[in-house]
Parts: sequence; C-alpha cells; structure tokens
Amino acid sequence: MCLAIPGKIESVTGDDPLSRMGKINFGGILKEACLAYVPEAKVGDYVIVHVGFALSRVDEDEAQKVFEYLKQIEELGELEEAGP
Amino acid sequence: MKFLDEYRDAGLAEQLARELHRVTTRPWKIMEVCGGQTHAIVKYGIDELLPKEITLIHGPGCPVCVTPLEMIDKALEIAARPNVIFTSFGDMLRVPGSTTDLLSVKAKGGDVRIVYSPLDAVKLAEQNPAKEIVFFGVGFETTTPATAMAIYQAALKKVGNFSMLISHVLVPPAIEALMSSPNCRVQGFLAAGHVCTVMGFEEYFLLVKKYRVPIVVTGFEPLDILQGVLMTVQQLESGRAEVENQYARAVRREGNQPAQELIKKIFKVVPRKWRGIGEIPQSGLGLNDEYAAFDAEKKFGVAESHVEESSECLSGLVLQGQIKPHECPAFGVKCTPERPLGAPMVSGEGACAAYYRYRRQPDAVAAK
Repeated sequence: MCLAIPGKIESVTGDDPLSRMGKINFGGILKEACLAYVPEAKVGDYVIVHVGFALSRVDEDEAQKVFEYLKQIEELGELEEAGP
Repeated sequence: MKFLDEYRDAGLAEQLARELHRVTTRPWKIMEVCGGQTHAIVKYGIDELLPKEITLIHGPGCPVCVTPLEMIDKALEIAARPNVIFTSFGDMLRVPGSTTDLLSVKAKGGDVRIVYSPLDAVKLAEQNPAKEIVFFGVGFETTTPATAMAIYQAALKKVGNFSMLISHVLVPPAIEALMSSPNCRVQGFLAAGHVCTVMGFEEYFLLVKKYRVPIVVTGFEPLDILQGVLMTVQQLESGRAEVENQYARAVRREGNQPAQELIKKIFKVVPRKWRGIGEIPQSGLGLNDEYAAFDAEKKFGVAESHVEESSECLSGLVLQGQIKPHECPAFGVKCTPERPLGAPMVSGEGACAAYYRYRRQPDAVAAK
C-alpha cells in the first residue's frame, strides 16, 4: 500500500495551497494528483505520488549518487586488479 | 520511466552484490520493514544475489495484513448496510474477516467500491447526498497525508454524509516492539522509504541509540535495496550503529512538514491492535475530538467484538519475521490467494502472497 511512483508535473491548476492539483505524467500515462504537500514543486519537476498525493519532490542530484558511487568502486576495483 | 528503470539495471545490481560479497565477513540478519520491499526482494530475486551470510527477515510493514480482525468485521458490518456506499483501496477487498470478506458482501448486494484516492470518496459523498459514504482508512504514515486531507476537505465543505473507518498504524512503535521482544534476531533495519518521505527520520535516532542497531532509510527498486543492505552491512562490519539515508532522492531528514502539520491537526496517537501481533502502545492514529463526527465507528455504533483468529494461520509469526511464509504448514495447501486463511496471502505487500506468486515450489507443496 505504500507503493509510490515518480512522475513528471505537466501542468498545475488552482492557487489555493491546500487544493493545488497537478497533471502528472507517469511514462506517458497522465493522472491527476494533489500538490498541497509539495508547495515548492513546479511544472517539469518529478514528484513521488501515492494514492493521488505528491509526497516529495525528487532531488535529481541525489538521484545520481548511486551511479557515481558504483563508478567509483568500479575504478577502485580496476586499480586493485592492476596491482602495485 | 525515469527514476525507476535506471534503478533496475541488472549489471549495476550485480556490481553492488559483488561489493556486498567483498565486505561481508560474518552472518548478519537484516529486516526490511516494508512489505513493498519484501515484494521487490522476492520478485527480483535480490535475496539470491546476497552473500549466504546475510539473511533478510521480512517485517510487519503490510498495513492490510496488520489491520485487526475486529476492524475487518466492523467494515463488513457497515458495508452490508442498505444506505451505505463503502469505499476502500482494492487490496482490502479479499482480506478474510471472521466469517466473510468485502468482496462477498459486494456479491450479496452491498455497495462496495474501490477508489484510487480518499479524495474520490469525498467526491462520491458530494455526488450522493442521500447516501452515507464510508472510506476504509488503512495504511502507514505514507497514506495518512491522503486520509487527513480527505477529512479536512470534508469538514471544510461540510460534507456530513462522509465518514472514515480508521485503522492507521505507525512504523517506529512497531520497530520498538520488535526490538524489545526477547525473540528478536534482527541486527539491522532497512526503514521504509516512503513512510520517511512523510515523517523524515528524526524518530530513528532514539531507536538507534537505545538498541544499538543500524537503521538505513531505503527505497524500493533493486539498486536501492541492494545499496540499503550494503550500507547496513558496512555499519555492522565496522561496529557502527547509525541512521543513514539511502533514499535521499525522495527523503529529507525532516520529512514533509506541510503533511505532518495536517496529520497532527486531524489525528491523534492512540494504542492499536496489530493483527497477528497484538496491541502495541501508541502505535496507531485515531481522529482528534474536533473531527469525531467523521468517525464511522461512532456514526454507525458498531459493537466491539472479540473474535479468534484461525489457529491454522501463522501470519503473526510471519509478520514478526520468526518464520518464512513457506515454512507455514498451510502455505500453498490450505491457504492460497483464492482461499486465504490470513491477510498476508492476499495483500499486495503480504510476504505470503510474494512467496506464493514468485517462489512457489510445486514439489514442496505437493510433499505437504
């Protein structure tokens, strides 16, 4: 039930912070979600959506870190294989 | 899809697994709290990539599974009433109560409907002023911002024919209950990432200090889970016990402040019984007095009942990580998704359902 999926905000409607809604694109499928809890999110941002509510804005820099880490350990491994 | 597909890369998953093999020197038992993570682990075979020293123990993080039998019975009673439209997330419909389930109530003429969001139930109430619309408010902290908003909007718009049967549960008290049990074998936790998008992870610092266990906030894709396990093992191997955040792309330490504010306005912390586990103090949410008019239990005056679980169902032991689903004698024989004895066999986050769907060994079942 805690399933939540990242999607891209395509458009935003409503000015009232508590009823701000957005059209969210999940890999081509558009669905409405409530944006009341992500006041900082804007069109083009990715948000994590659960039962029709955006709960968090995806931090794109943080999202890259695991790939940078993997690259680092790969390079370390190559160095070790090369030996002293 | 962006932010999903790249975290399912098989080559990178193997690279993380190799790193895990390199750093692991001793046996470690790690619990993934959330049933969504359990499903990903079993579906992608993540446990089979791990060094044999590492055991993943499946935790109680399946809200459908831990909703008490008495609450399911109350839902069934309300849903069978003639003037009621009973709304719920889809995965509650086949959960067995003491005599029947919501799907059977629907088959007998009860108006039971699946909704995507609690706000859809409020909309339904506005469209059907002559009917009573009840929403089954089940879920962990991830779902409470949605139910809190439904109550808030219903109150704001004075939608008097809307109410909620609430069985919300909280993760940190469940971790505490597990850790303080004398049978506890868990040495480290993967905390449920989506719960933490809402609540942050401030609450875990106390638990880490008190029980000296690493807690790593972890996401739901294969690379997330492998990295979460790796971070936990690195802590265990070096004798550290800290709170770390693997899922930083979605989780901030303080969580989602506007959501927490609304939750606090609508709900208060209450004791809650967990199916298969028993009562855990301060482990649930109920409505604040100001919003008592939206409490379906009060509105419909459903009586408290005392019912016994089927003794054949070992879901309590499964939910506490003391046995794996296939170790239950009823698994796949007397208990299947078509004829479940307990909720973990039908929930999308239930460990029994995950093992039945992805790990069924026909020979083992035949031998029982």
